[in-house]
Amino acid sequence: MQHSPTTALGQVIRRFTRMGKQYGVEWWILVAGAIVIVGVVSMAMFAPVIAPYNPYDQETGPQLAPPGSEHLMGTDNLQRDVLSRIIFGARTILGVAILAAILSSILGISMGLISGYAGGGFDKVFSLMMDSIYSFPGLILAIAFAAMLEPGVTNISIAVAVIYIPTYFRLVRGQTLTIKQELYVEAARAIGAPGSTIMSKYIFPNVIATTAVVFTMNVADAIMTEAALTFLGLGLPPSVVDWGMDLAMGKKFLPSGQWWLITFPGAMISLLAVGFTMLGEGLSEILNPRLLEK
Amino acid sequence: MKNLLRYIIGRTLLTVPMLFVLLSIVFVVVRVMPGDPVSAMLGGHAPEKVIEQKKQELGLNRPLIVQYGSYLLQICRLDLGDSMILKQTVMSTLRDKLPATVELTFFAMLICMLVGVPLGAYAADKRRSAQDYGIRLYGIVIYCIPVYWLGLMLQMILGVWLDIFPIAGRTSARIFSSTFDRTGLYVLDTILAGNVEALGDVLIHLVLPCVTLGLVLSGIFIRLTRANMLDVLKADYILAAEARGIHHRRLVYKHALLNAFVPILTMMGLQVAILMAGAVLTETTFSWPGMGRLLLERIYLRDYPTIQGVIVVFAIIVALISLVVDVIYAFIDPRLRY
Amino acid sequence: MNGNILEIEKLTVHFPIYIGTVRAVEDVTLEIKQGEVMGLVGESGCGKSTLGFSILRLLRPPGLIAGGQIRYHGNDIVKMNKQELLAIRGKRIAMIFQDPLTSLNPLFRVGDQFIEAIQTHANGVSNKEALERAGDMLKRLGIAPDRLYEYPHQMSGGMRQRIMIGIALVLNPDLLLADEPTTSLDVIVEAQFLDLLNELRDQFNLTILLISHNIGIVAQMADRVTVMYGGRLAETGKAEALFADPKHPYTQGLLASIPNIKLDQPKLHSMPGAPPDLVDPPFGCVFHPRCPYVMDKCRREIPPSFNDQDHRTACWLYG
Repeated sequence: MQHSPTTALGQVIRRFTRMGKQYGVEWWILVAGAIVIVGVVSMAMFAPVIAPYNPYDQETGPQLAPPGSEHLMGTDNLQRDVLSRIIFGARTILGVAILAAILSSILGISMGLISGYAGGGFDKVFSLMMDSIYSFPGLILAIAFAAMLEPGVTNISIAVAVIYIPTYFRLVRGQTLTIKQELYVEAARAIGAPGSTIMSKYIFPNVIATTAVVFTMNVADAIMTEAALTFLGLGLPPSVVDWGMDLAMGKKFLPSGQWWLITFPGAMISLLAVGFTMLGEGLSEILNPRLLEK
Repeated sequence: MKNLLRYIIGRTLLTVPMLFVLLSIVFVVVRVMPGDPVSAMLGGHAPEKVIEQKKQELGLNRPLIVQYGSYLLQICRLDLGDSMILKQTVMSTLRDKLPATVELTFFAMLICMLVGVPLGAYAADKRRSAQDYGIRLYGIVIYCIPVYWLGLMLQMILGVWLDIFPIAGRTSARIFSSTFDRTGLYVLDTILAGNVEALGDVLIHLVLPCVTLGLVLSGIFIRLTRANMLDVLKADYILAAEARGIHHRRLVYKHALLNAFVPILTMMGLQVAILMAGAVLTETTFSWPGMGRLLLERIYLRDYPTIQGVIVVFAIIVALISLVVDVIYAFIDPRLRY
Repeated sequence: MNGNILEIEKLTVHFPIYIGTVRAVEDVTLEIKQGEVMGLVGESGCGKSTLGFSILRLLRPPGLIAGGQIRYHGNDIVKMNKQELLAIRGKRIAMIFQDPLTSLNPLFRVGDQFIEAIQTHANGVSNKEALERAGDMLKRLGIAPDRLYEYPHQMSGGMRQRIMIGIALVLNPDLLLADEPTTSLDVIVEAQFLDLLNELRDQFNLTILLISHNIGIVAQMADRVTVMYGGRLAETGKAEALFADPKHPYTQGLLASIPNIKLDQPKLHSMPGAPPDLVDPPFGCVFHPRCPYVMDKCRREIPPSFNDQDHRTACWLYG
């Protein structure tokens, strides 16, 4: 039995291609998304190692230099290296987006479970509240929250998280209502199982699959919202390295033709969002496969 | 028709509680958040007594419940208060800026549907082909492109380098909007005034912002249309129609698409919300004098009454559009009213 | 022509899916004579509906016709181009389906659906003319013509079924394919429907292919009957002969399993085993694992159809 890296890699590749044959194109979409995400996450994790310069360093080279051998993505007006700011910026955007998604999901799922299971007036009131928030333009609500709170990573995450809670709520509540009617739930209630057990043991596991897909889409959306907020100057202080803020700053130099200031941050935001979206799309097809077609 | 009327009334009544909830949330957000608006307004270094006096003036010392009640009453009277910063009523400011946003979002939605729906239908028809995956990829990517980034890129390429389109504002400097301004919807106004030159100018200013916003949002419509079309194409009545010898294109683009369009309409209410969010970003990028840019302006200026007023208006618009969409839905799908 | 309006020869239909290829219809040959009612029976999954759909090439992907011919008045439908096919659909061969509610487009008025069908096949017919023709059709079906202005969901199930027939027959086709037309109807409406079908058959000089898993209605209506099993033809012949003296062991088992209220049956007869896996069918005769008369030959070779005065049986017992 060989355990050399080549065989292990070969096995992984073989497993991948087999799943690809079984699930078709959707599997490769998922893989593509996953590769992008892993790439960016690694970039964020190993930022201090891979970045050629310190992102705060204001003396890395000439001001507003176009991309070249010294600075692969050029420099900005404060003589900072754009590439390094891109690499470090990944940490901010990923951190905020994922934190926000986790907050939203925990709150939304638990509220959905409780409200759906409890039913009655309590459920009606909560649903109305959630529906109202859901129908309201998310970004505008996030702008309002971000404007009212002190700029900072936690606060911007809260501002972003708030607008996705209704999505999880509606999804989980809907499924809770259906599952609640199932015979095995009635049986559990008949033998005296408390609500918390029913919710955690019976309903929650059934909800997980769809929630996973929503989670990835949530992160994709949160990425866009975070970037939008910081682009508008809200949510984060200037001391943090962030793609959205760099875009806002670079905007001023557009008429004078320094395209690299906005092209790279914008492209990265798009890429990361596309990565999570593709992961979500692939995941949703695989978890709900359309079995009868090739 | 009687059924339709009954439906409209019922549906309108439903709007009230939703609006109520939204307005309450706005109230809470603006008032119960940290940060003292009054001291910010007075410059941050005013003495205690002055701050207290100002608060008294503005009625901010009353118990919250009373403030809440008076807030709701004011809204019913369409009195949104006065701006804290500038000498205008919030209402007049909004009346100024709202039409600009309406015009922008209207044409953007038009472009969005003109691009998104046919592409989605085509993709569904050619399921699992290269065209299908290509269109879906386009849909995903275009939606993930930040609308302000696309705006900036288009400004750069088409506005600065190629100099075809203007990159800011609704009209050029030489066109005086006061000569035709009636409703604030410039396309309409210039037509009514018979001013062709102004109409051309207004339209050309609309191109970049509306195309930017419309394209980005088309991604959603592509996915939506495609998903609904796939379901509809499996339906028995499509098979039955095919068995009658009806041409494929007619099957897809008349029978199927119409049926698929109905659920898309119901989603329209949601799309309007996304549209408005996108409008805020688009207006900022293109210096478009609408509600979105107003909101941000006033956030920087800490003008709380105006901020609140803008959000309230957005909430009312959302509720109204949702109502209108549901009514149109009932009109198209006869199953709902009989 | 030799009195056959439709000749199906060695038709094979496959559904390639990711676990393999489903052989839904395998090497089926049968003829439908002008003016008769041919009943096509078999249990669910035997391929009868698939066969019906193939006739007008209405198979949904991934289904495809893998071989054989379907000759309508001598012309092979399988080889026709799009234009020829569209000319036949609805006008010469019409089809009605199981669920009348879902078979009518919910967003269009019934009259509009009639008009569309008529105008597709007859150029230059005005809306008014088409509507008149539709009205005439409805009258023959016992429905007031003003109902043309209604939507499908406003009508009862039985009426919708009649509308379906109306649209199918308004163009005066020769052949009507009916796929499980009574399955979603209750017994009384079903009886009315069958009476109506008989009447229309005479009035319009129709040939009907009646596909159903309900042997009862086939026995009532059919002149000749074809039995399918596992995607293949088991037996075909005149209705009385087949019901009185079924030759194929499957047909025998099928008829024996029908509960008879007049008999004292402590236990209902059933055939042992289960329907075959169409992806990996049994070797030799597809029925052999369940056949009470199975011989060694049955396990090895697929039986051809043995002809005895126009009554064909695919069984080695008759070889």
